[in-house]
Amino acid sequence: MTQRITIDPITRLEGHGKIEIFLDDDGNVANTYFQIPELRGFERFCVGRPVEEMPLLTNRICGVCPEAHHMAAAKAADAVYHVDVPRTGKMLRELLYSAFYCTDHTTHFYALAGPDFVMGPDAPVAERNILGVIHKVGLEIGGKVIQMRKYGHTVVEMIGGRKVHPCTSIPGGLTKGITEEQRKEIEEMGKWAIEFAHFSLKLFADVVLGNKAYVDLILGDVYTHQTYYMGLVDENNKVNFYDGKVRVVGPDGKEFVKYSPKDYAEHIAEHVEPWTYLKFPYLKKVGWKGFTDGKDSGVYCATPLSRLNAADGMATPRAQEEHDKMYKTLGGKPVHQRLATHWARLIELLYAAERWVELVTDPEITSPNFHAIPTEKPTEGVGIVEAPRGTLTHHYWTDERGVVTKVNLIVGTTNNYAPISMSINKAASSLIKKGTVVTEPLLNMVEMAFRAYDPCFGCATHSLPGQMPLEITIRDAQGNPVQVLKQFVD
Amino acid sequence: MSKPKFAMYWAASCGGCEIAVLNIHEKILDVDANFDVVFWPVAMDAKYKDVEAMEDGSILLTLFNGGIRNDENEHIAHLLRKKSKILVAFGSCACEGCIPGLANFSPINEIVETAFSTISTDNPQGIRPQTSYQMPEGEIHIPTLYPVLRTLDSVVDVDYYMPGCPPESHQIGAVIDLVVQVLQGKAELPPKGATIGAGNSTVCDECKRTRNVKTIKEFSRIQLMHADPELCLLEQGIPCNGVATRSGCDARCPTAGAQCIGCYGPAEGVIDYGARLVSAFASVIDANDPAEIDRILDGLVDPAGQFYRFNLAGSLLKAGKSAFQRSNV
Repeated sequence: MTQRITIDPITRLEGHGKIEIFLDDDGNVANTYFQIPELRGFERFCVGRPVEEMPLLTNRICGVCPEAHHMAAAKAADAVYHVDVPRTGKMLRELLYSAFYCTDHTTHFYALAGPDFVMGPDAPVAERNILGVIHKVGLEIGGKVIQMRKYGHTVVEMIGGRKVHPCTSIPGGLTKGITEEQRKEIEEMGKWAIEFAHFSLKLFADVVLGNKAYVDLILGDVYTHQTYYMGLVDENNKVNFYDGKVRVVGPDGKEFVKYSPKDYAEHIAEHVEPWTYLKFPYLKKVGWKGFTDGKDSGVYCATPLSRLNAADGMATPRAQEEHDKMYKTLGGKPVHQRLATHWARLIELLYAAERWVELVTDPEITSPNFHAIPTEKPTEGVGIVEAPRGTLTHHYWTDERGVVTKVNLIVGTTNNYAPISMSINKAASSLIKKGTVVTEPLLNMVEMAFRAYDPCFGCATHSLPGQMPLEITIRDAQGNPVQVLKQFVD
Repeated sequence: MSKPKFAMYWAASCGGCEIAVLNIHEKILDVDANFDVVFWPVAMDAKYKDVEAMEDGSILLTLFNGGIRNDENEHIAHLLRKKSKILVAFGSCACEGCIPGLANFSPINEIVETAFSTISTDNPQGIRPQTSYQMPEGEIHIPTLYPVLRTLDSVVDVDYYMPGCPPESHQIGAVIDLVVQVLQGKAELPPKGATIGAGNSTVCDECKRTRNVKTIKEFSRIQLMHADPELCLLEQGIPCNGVATRSGCDARCPTAGAQCIGCYGPAEGVIDYGARLVSAFASVIDANDPAEIDRILDGLVDPAGQFYRFNLAGSLLKAGKSAFQRSNV
């Protein structure tokens, strides 16, 4: 008799996700399906629009990380016009983006991932949330998290014009610069962000690394997959969020390929399954071998941990120290244990804060030379940035007036669709066995498998307390409920 | 006495409305102090079936964002309508379709075809998503996409409209203040059907740029010039939509040097946004010769998008509404 466990709806996702777990006759997991029910059609309806509107239209793909789409679109539009953005323009965009990263990574760590570690995966449900974290580690931390969010959004608004859906990046640069007064304010906030990042890393060291049970959990097999890793790197092969080449390393940590954004389609292809609206990207030259890891499977991962695995290090000094500390603790590159992604995310938080201060203290940041007027005929262009949740690729073709004729998008979280599916499958298979009583903490352990990826359909949840609620109905082959389990459902 | 109940839901949306609500910062505590939040998938963990179990009309206030793109969105719209005393179409998607409403220019099969035949898609067998699919272990399902994106009021009765993409946080704060005052008996609700959390004039009226009532000889593209930071963008030839767009955002985009793209929807009294904008643009064109006028208008490279960027699904055109009614999907 086949049993079926349906997790539907998974709330606190952007849109709606659904997980189906099928058990075999013995009660072991036969298979799992992670389905995405959404399709809005941006690749079709952006056709016919002026290319300078793409940073405004594609913002609306995601209101949680519109900054990432705004930047990738602006870079693709720069490429369409073959225009080189002046140094100040590039720095302003990267400054906005660094501030955004600080906000985004902070809220994920404290509100989503932190509770699993600070409170423990099997802590009482009512305590395993941001409020529990605050009660345990002190009220002032809650205030700091809110402060970090505010500062990040303040910088986004100063440079981007708006807090949500920024509007100032155009082909060739930006519509505005910043004043010296604003510069000073941004610098003060950036310095505070560096201290906040250090504080967060120390909290992680005390709470997680100081607890053998957590270290064992991180290093254990349940949350481990040996895949390829992707990330954007600068000319020194250091992590960069805004610009550079895409580097991919193999499961052995060696460079597999390093490609320029314009060549992405030679290296990335997307597999289609009929049971979901989302595609599964993979490395074209390795090939799609199904939901499996290892060097013969083209499945790759694009997350904070992937970026650190794919790079030789961090471009700022303090983040480099923390980077070295992590790899020394976990046994060198690459790290395959998915739960270490949380640690990598905090190292990126520190890098973003350091980069923020580097950029805002550059003497040219207040220069009025933030826009170069395009002079060449628009044709085709690719823009790539690292979204917090993975490498984000925008590719546009236009006619000679700069009107879009074709669009291709490979969005951050999409990169990780196959690895997330595999992680859910592995966690479920490892945790649910013949005779297992499916308990709430056990369900949370399944959740932890994909929470590490910070999937974008969940990124909207960043600043609020709580856990992802699951409702699991175990059905017999006739569809009759055998057992209903709930967590966080009244 | 128990507190009145509050709900917020996202249908086909981007999550930006939720972020805008979070950006009211400490005012979120007013919501918590005055309401019992019973359903808000982004923030808390109640399920559809918890809503189904509530008495009809038991939720005082529901903020509904996102358009109606599939059968699941519509199902929840009906459910929340039944359970809510006050249902607010919150944000541009629910009010008028927003950017995802531009999909209504294309048949749904083209939208799916495009997504599953891009240059990076490896799909030699032409696989398309199936709403139900038989796997070896059993049948699995995903929602049915509708032929067009619909606004909230095209599927259920709506009490108020709160425009913006997303609504500005200070406007959200003001609406929360108002509702709290109503609860305390210190204010009255606006008449049903009213637009709330926005102004009654146009973005131009809020814009601090200098206007000289100057006419133009050609339209320009914002990237192809260094725009004057003080002067009206439309007078510089940049197709700025402020003149037809409802006020309420403090003219944020023009202030930052970018053209208004119309996210607050039609200004008060405007029946069709595109028609108003056509007439506004026509009035700044400095030409009487039809050939010359044609040449100037050619500078608007995407008239359909320019005039109906945010409000195609809710416009008089109701693009695709008849297609929807004809369709059996």
